Amino acid sequence: MIKLGKADSVFEVIGPIMIGPSSSHTAAAVRIGQITRNLMENPVKRAVVKFHGSFASTGRGHGTDKAIAAGLLGFDPADERIRDALDLADKQGMDIVFENVDLGDDYHPNTARLEVLDTLGNSIVVTASSLGGGTISVVEINGLKIELSGEYDTLITIHKDKPGIVAKATAIIADYDVNISSMKVTRMRRGGQALMAVEMDHALPNEAIEKLNIIADTVRVIPPIY
Amino acid sequence: MNYSTLKELIELAENHDKKIFDIVQMVEAEQDFLSLEEVWDKMETSWRVMSHSIQKGLKNANPSVSGLSGGDAKKLSMSKPIYLSRELSEAVAMALGVAEINACMGKIVACPTAGSCGIVPAALTFAKKKHGYSEKEIISSLFTAAGIGIVCSINASISGAEGGCQAECGVAAAMASGALVELAGGSPSMVGDAVAICLTNQMGLVCDPVAGLVEIPCVQRNAGSLMQGILAAEQALAGVKSMIPVDEVIKAMQEVGEALPESLKETGEGGLASTPTGREMAKRLF
Repeated sequence: MIKLGKADSVFEVIGPIMIGPSSSHTAAAVRIGQITRNLMENPVKRAVVKFHGSFASTGRGHGTDKAIAAGLLGFDPADERIRDALDLADKQGMDIVFENVDLGDDYHPNTARLEVLDTLGNSIVVTASSLGGGTISVVEINGLKIELSGEYDTLITIHKDKPGIVAKATAIIADYDVNISSMKVTRMRRGGQALMAVEMDHALPNEAIEKLNIIADTVRVIPPIY
Repeated sequence: MNYSTLKELIELAENHDKKIFDIVQMVEAEQDFLSLEEVWDKMETSWRVMSHSIQKGLKNANPSVSGLSGGDAKKLSMSKPIYLSRELSEAVAMALGVAEINACMGKIVACPTAGSCGIVPAALTFAKKKHGYSEKEIISSLFTAAGIGIVCSINASISGAEGGCQAECGVAAAMASGALVELAGGSPSMVGDAVAICLTNQMGLVCDPVAGLVEIPCVQRNAGSLMQGILAAEQALAGVKSMIPVDEVIKAMQEVGEALPESLKETGEGGLASTPTGREMAKRLF
């Protein structure tokens, strides 16, 4: 329903093609599920989904729960299976629990926090907001502040904070002639766990990913979800 | 080539001896680095989804997830019209139907938003049936509609949270009216008059969804706004002019939107949402 910002394309005023009822509470919620799924190496086994603000107060009526489940199953916002996503998740053995939470005033009123476990026991905590018109922003991964739109090919690394990592990573990206559109680096504390998110104009070749794997503990490369 | 007001868009069309839809399609291709064909194909895909949502909407008897809407399109399409023509009554049913499909998690094209998704598809399907326009003509007219939507988005808003329902269903009606004018062979300046007349009649429309859901009054607003769009197109095609220039009307809509209290901008706190029945519904649901 909400569509903030100025349209500069005909497909922003005629589009997106989506499953209703709300671009902010349904389409965006699918994308939050999708990007969380893409951040995991393996399929999702269990998810605790915490709704904040307007997601908590009117989410169910907008099918926000089904939409998140659909995204975790890998559906896109125009997939007609969204309405049956909770049953489909159940059939696949994916266990999803929904709760309401108050994250405080620092978070956008349409925000969800997903605590997800994959089939091999790896876990991730993703906090993402719906910004209007179906657009989203991932604002935290594992408690680390970040800004990810999901509109680009994105590289995410989790590594130990030490000098030189960022320079090495950007050098590898440059070697493959891939242009960086935005970049955010953040850390828990000096020398602790750090996170780098790089949004790029093109996908990285596998060879580059292998090189990145040497310098960081976790490397995830996710495709655009738009 | 670019435009940010309707005056610019109309002048571009007149100076190049083109229709507004030609200019909108060309600008889109230019700025997205796409060919005219690629832009056309994307719009054709949207039209397919719109058509499909109309067919489904007319037959839909399912209630929405909340149970607050559903089945009204079918009621109208099954009954013999008493005041409206058969065609017009069916058009209203189509607008209701697409909005109902949206409310029960069906597939729609946001136009400009999900809450206002029934207006443009219903107007164009109505015109197609009434005058036998080709698919090509209908898809062209979607570019006319889109150009109007872009200008409203730049100079006012297409978000109920920012500008009230006038920004969503109001703009959708304006988009439909301009498309109907160009479909019927109206000039670019007639498109401007249709948009101005339409927004004049939609000015001040508030966004007051019961329980915050895109159902009451959204489904009905799609029907009412469709009629406003057709009404404005009819007048503009007859040569009726807006005495206030269209870009000034859009500016006024923006000012009215800013002046609306927050309670009437999609918060679900004012208007119909704050009626005793509206509050009762919200309490029952959440």
